[in-house]
Amino acid sequence: MNILVIALAAIITNNVVLSRFLGVCPLLGVSKKTENAIGMSLALIFVVVMSGILSYGFFHLVLAPLGLEYLELTSFILIIAVFVQFVEMFLKKYVQGLYNALGIYLPLITTNCVVLLVALENITLGFNFLEMVVYSIAVPVGFMMVIVAFSIIRTRIDGDKRLPTPFKGNAIALIVVALMALAFAGFGGIV
Amino acid sequence: MNKFKEKLKIVTTGILQGNPTFALFIGMCSVLAVTTTFSTALGMGLAVILVMIMSNVVVSLIRKLTPDEIRIPVYIVVIAVSVTIVEMLMDAFTPVLADSLGVYLPLVVVNCIIFARAESFASKNTVLDSFLDAIGSGLGYFVAVCGVGIVREIIGTGTFGFTNPFTNIELFRVTLFPAEYAVSFFVSNAGAFMILGLLAAAINAISGKVIKNRLKKEKAAKAAAAAAVKAGAQ
Repeated sequence: MNILVIALAAIITNNVVLSRFLGVCPLLGVSKKTENAIGMSLALIFVVVMSGILSYGFFHLVLAPLGLEYLELTSFILIIAVFVQFVEMFLKKYVQGLYNALGIYLPLITTNCVVLLVALENITLGFNFLEMVVYSIAVPVGFMMVIVAFSIIRTRIDGDKRLPTPFKGNAIALIVVALMALAFAGFGGIV
Repeated sequence: MNKFKEKLKIVTTGILQGNPTFALFIGMCSVLAVTTTFSTALGMGLAVILVMIMSNVVVSLIRKLTPDEIRIPVYIVVIAVSVTIVEMLMDAFTPVLADSLGVYLPLVVVNCIIFARAESFASKNTVLDSFLDAIGSGLGYFVAVCGVGIVREIIGTGTFGFTNPFTNIELFRVTLFPAEYAVSFFVSNAGAFMILGLLAAAINAISGKVIKNRLKKEKAAKAAAAAAVKAGAQ
């Protein structure tokens, strides 16, 4: 039950994009085509779960016993950067097809706030291992839901000639996100 | 004098044409998240300026020692250490502000602005220039975050105030219009996106008009010059 609450809260009521404002840069940057949005989100789910497990393990097995908790931020961002680099090299060498499909999104993921947020919150929220894995899956799934819906709306807006010139591009995109956030605010109080 | 102008230009570019938030649309997460009141926005702006100065100066100092292949991890570590220092200072001296910034303070590490300046400016320029660039880009972010904070606080609550972050005592609060007329939508999450979208459109409209006027003036000047040449020939 507890796990279900964690998952639903992370996906819907506390949606990482719409109510916590994280991952807005990739939301605006990689949403021009729906396929790209899906590819990016799948890569993100994989990276968040893996780096979540790695950083969780590193914190509880290395930093906490040694009393080095203040190195949390520095070590987590390094773990994420190294992990992403490693995945990229591995895919390039052994899984050429997947590399071509995901390759361009992987380096972008290092600087995606969602990855670091989940790694940090897994510790500050005091999750056990199972809760940590569920949370690490649920947060990027929430991101995926929003970016896919947004990219579908966006393909219809971008070419619309009725749009006044100053609103073209990111301005109207932000207003669309505002309306989506308003719709999502209706879910508040469910969980 | 010329040299001074050159240095000044480094600073102003970051605030105006290269404004990270409004011109380049990077580092927006925190602009949206911490701008419900002016005081938190100000705190975030100052924290980012501090981190940026530290990381830019250090990256510039070690730019000749850093091997090109591993420069990105090196920059990441420098930035992460700078953020940790600022975070610890804020926890110690401004605990309430640090609390209200919450997770967005450590997330400054992945703020693209800081990384972009380290990679594209500090790694190629002298320490002094990198320091000035940090001040310029930092101020650009500061202006954007404070501006959004002021607009949201005024429209959303009808009042405008400032809290001293060190003592957590409110220094002043001006009521501009009664709270019944305030649009609390703009303090909510959706309002943050809306206000940034509207501001972006306003800036597009203004800069579009400026460019159009300049083109018009150039055209008129050219026509006048052509007419003068014609008159001279006759």
